[in-house]
Amino acid sequence: MGNVIVVTSGKGGVGKTTSTAAIGAALAQRNEKVVVVDFDVGLRNLDLVMGAERRVVFDLINVIQGEAKLSQSLIRDKRLETLFLLPASQTRDKDKLTPEGVERVIGSLKKAFDWVICDSPAGIESGATMAMRHADAAIVVTNPEVSSVRDSDRIIGLLDAKTVKAERGETMEKHLLLNRYDPGRAASGDMLNVDDMLEILSIPLLGIIPESTDVLRASNIGAPVTLANSSSATARAYVEAARRLTGETIPVTVPGEKRSFFGKFFGRKAA
Amino acid sequence: MTEVLTDTQPIRLKGRSYLALVLSPELPFDDWLERLDNLAARSAGFFLRRPIVLNVEGLDIDRPQLRGLLSQLGKRDVRIMGIEGAHASLLGSDIPPSLAGGLPASDIEAPDENAQNNKPDEETTAAPNTSVMVTQPVRSGQSLISEGDVTVVGSVASGAEVIAGGSIHVYGTIRGRVVAGSMGNTSARIFCRKLEAELVSIAGYYKTAEDLELELRGRAVQLWLDDDSILAETLT
Repeated sequence: MGNVIVVTSGKGGVGKTTSTAAIGAALAQRNEKVVVVDFDVGLRNLDLVMGAERRVVFDLINVIQGEAKLSQSLIRDKRLETLFLLPASQTRDKDKLTPEGVERVIGSLKKAFDWVICDSPAGIESGATMAMRHADAAIVVTNPEVSSVRDSDRIIGLLDAKTVKAERGETMEKHLLLNRYDPGRAASGDMLNVDDMLEILSIPLLGIIPESTDVLRASNIGAPVTLANSSSATARAYVEAARRLTGETIPVTVPGEKRSFFGKFFGRKAA
Repeated sequence: MTEVLTDTQPIRLKGRSYLALVLSPELPFDDWLERLDNLAARSAGFFLRRPIVLNVEGLDIDRPQLRGLLSQLGKRDVRIMGIEGAHASLLGSDIPPSLAGGLPASDIEAPDENAQNNKPDEETTAAPNTSVMVTQPVRSGQSLISEGDVTVVGSVASGAEVIAGGSIHVYGTIRGRVVAGSMGNTSARIFCRKLEAELVSIAGYYKTAEDLELELRGRAVQLWLDDDSILAETLT
């Protein structure tokens, strides 16, 4: 059975879709069988970031409504054999996302893939709760700013209350992915620092992704940033985060900090 | 079936106390509703799923005005479970019951009202000791309500709230709202390892973040009530 991961944040624009694509691609590069599922019905974007927008025929809603088979709606990535996309519908109503339908789709994806990565819509309404409902673990994407941190805190509370795992009395594994970290602003002190955010959210750190124009460039050419420019700092950070997700222990480095500071984070267990 | 027949038990009636918020509207209602909207906007869901009592004592209004206010509140998802301090002429079958016990309004309302006024005192003297211990952080949007003391081993996040009938102990940082002595217990206290609270309240008296002394921020602090003011002192 595969792992179901939800990528969520509460707040919009923090990089859920970018992170879903980048981590999905990084896992697929390790020959894991991966499907990325777009739950943002009506505002889909994952197909663009994955460069598959012109190949969408059937989508998640079609499968839930029984208008298409799951195998018909899955789009295989052109660069990686083991990477698939299940797109969201851009035109349909998001109320068509029924709990039973979602459960059925996630159930069958779990049997066929090693990793099912669900890209959650922003907010805490039905779309977001539906995306997290059947997850085994969650990646909480947070930017170093107070509003994002508070929204993430809210989402963590929901992950502990509204998921199948939580309702069974189990604890949901949660990982913090700190995105858009700006070394320049960190140095000048006008950004929340990493320790404070970890203290507020008190969940383990999966990785720190530096702010970079590589991300924009990659999404413009329709490639996950880990594939577009695999030598960039951003791509390397995502690859490390993906490795931590598989259980490897790699020390987290804070982008742009002096060497003497690394030691502080060496001891921290990341995943 | 036989079990049911042999096991006939009398219907059991139990008393139970709940924590209710009391709203005291002021005339003109439009202005007051606007302020209420401001409050609701600042803390979304503040009134959701919470018993709320409307105190109309001293308000010169008639039944249609009260009904209008109730429907305005209803539109804001504020559901009123009972009316406090209302003259008998204001009450009716289409108005939430008088708090005394859901009896339809009658002319013999006055003694009930007295009984009501005594109730909070009874509760404070009864000192419920159903204390609660939480070993996880209280997250934004969560609210933790208890009649007794509350101990949090962790932090209370910004946008979270802890409401206790007794004292509140937080072995972490308070960034949200903490309300101690919510049922009028004036000897309730608030303790924390680090104070960054949005609001602290003891027995109905409150201070917002802006009113808290700057030198207390980020410190280990205890807060208590002395007469009408909240006093604070750092813990060493």
